[in-house]
Amino acid sequence: MKITPKDLYLQRRRFLQLGAAGAVGLLARGAAAAKGAVHGEKLAGVKPMSKFDTTEKKTPFEDITSYNNFYEFGTDKEDPAANAHKLVTKPWVISVEGEVKKPRKYDFDELVKMFPIEERVYRMRCVEAWSMVIPWDGFPLADLIRKLEPTSRAKYVAFETVVQPENMPGVKGFSGIGFPYLEGLRLDEAMNPLTLLATGLYGEALPKQDGAPLRLVTPWKYGFKGIKSIVKIKFQETQPATTWSQYGGGTEYGFYANVNPDVDHPRWSQGRERRIGEFLKRKTLPFNGYGDQVASMYAGMDLKKFF
Amino acid sequence: MVSRKALVPAAFVACLLPLAWLGGRYLRDDLGANPISELENRLGFYALSMLLLSLACTPAQLVFKWKWPLLLRKLFGDYAFFYACLHLSTYVGIDQFFDWREIGKDVVKRKFITVGMATWVLLLPLAVTSTQGWQKRLGFRKWKRLHRLTYVAGVTALVHFIWRFKTLNTQTSIYASILVLLLTVRIVFWLRRRKEPNRK
Repeated sequence: MKITPKDLYLQRRRFLQLGAAGAVGLLARGAAAAKGAVHGEKLAGVKPMSKFDTTEKKTPFEDITSYNNFYEFGTDKEDPAANAHKLVTKPWVISVEGEVKKPRKYDFDELVKMFPIEERVYRMRCVEAWSMVIPWDGFPLADLIRKLEPTSRAKYVAFETVVQPENMPGVKGFSGIGFPYLEGLRLDEAMNPLTLLATGLYGEALPKQDGAPLRLVTPWKYGFKGIKSIVKIKFQETQPATTWSQYGGGTEYGFYANVNPDVDHPRWSQGRERRIGEFLKRKTLPFNGYGDQVASMYAGMDLKKFF
Repeated sequence: MVSRKALVPAAFVACLLPLAWLGGRYLRDDLGANPISELENRLGFYALSMLLLSLACTPAQLVFKWKWPLLLRKLFGDYAFFYACLHLSTYVGIDQFFDWREIGKDVVKRKFITVGMATWVLLLPLAVTSTQGWQKRLGFRKWKRLHRLTYVAGVTALVHFIWRFKTLNTQTSIYASILVLLLTVRIVFWLRRRKEPNRK
């Protein structure tokens, strides 16, 4: 699926029009068009249209690939797009460890051939109160987990991002968090049909700033749960330590990090969000609008406590 | 070298360059994926930078015995308020789009916004009384005491800047170090002066 430039610029920057600069906005198109991100390899045989797809307007490829949080490449939103090209993704080995029948290492190319790739158009809500609509390509994490056959002791899945200090300026620099980046899910969350291991977006191999070659997507949770450039998947009995739940002694965010308009960030409201490309903020929905698919997993839990 | 006479006008123009640059990016639709946030953040960053520049003038004079930085102190201070007003207007008029209920909640409930708003309130009387007329009207001593609020504003502005990010990063650490350095110079000179025997 390719979005046309015309679409892109008509949608982009309603900001300009509201700024009573429509005419200048027209002139501006040429300049902005030059700033496209590098496109990845086309993915073959992607199954379109899942029942979970949102029909909302997709965020342009250029925005999804130029406005990222990937602290290994710097703390500014523009840093990953500028620096992630240094990441070495070939070869790529994913180590499966812990409470599974056969712990072993998988080559990415081997792993990705095991499952049909499907498109999932999901909302993505960042903890920083902005959001996007992203057409991911990938396979359900549940499919992989079934193949790996976790033992009865597996209650959680822990994930780890690659660390390549020589290629990651943020790892050597001062970003405030520790590396490797760690994330985790409860096993039932990992098995939820919404949970995706993404290998692409817009039908093309995942750009490095978005977490190539393999990243997690959990659309009912804040974006930071979607750990990028995964090299380790570990099944375990205890709740794994995660980067942001450890930061500042756990003051920033908890393990679950479900999108919740009623639980504010320590410094800003989570009640509303700005959809990238829109002028006015919109109301944030509980579980980012995916309550029907996920709310039952948290029945009886106080989500203000387990935030 | 700029002659002393041309120094203030040259600095006046130079302080407008960041705004011109930002305006250019706006017109070229080059403010990135989240232009509102970018506009707001850049304007706030310029306000903080101007405030630190104005706070650097006296220490520069004390340490290097230069007189010319003092000629620029008022200009930088006024520009700090100018950019702070643009920053605040962006927040009120574009980011929140005059949603006064949300703004009120932000100011009361979010310490990050509270401290930012406090900075603007602190800068307001300083900008108003920054003229020589007001200096005379208040009397130099009173005026000087009032303008010590700049230090407080410097600290609150920095805290506002730090809290915007999820972590303490390179940029915020550098700005924090600069402010600590500037305040340290003041304290050292103040202590030295107090030790001088023939001073009241």
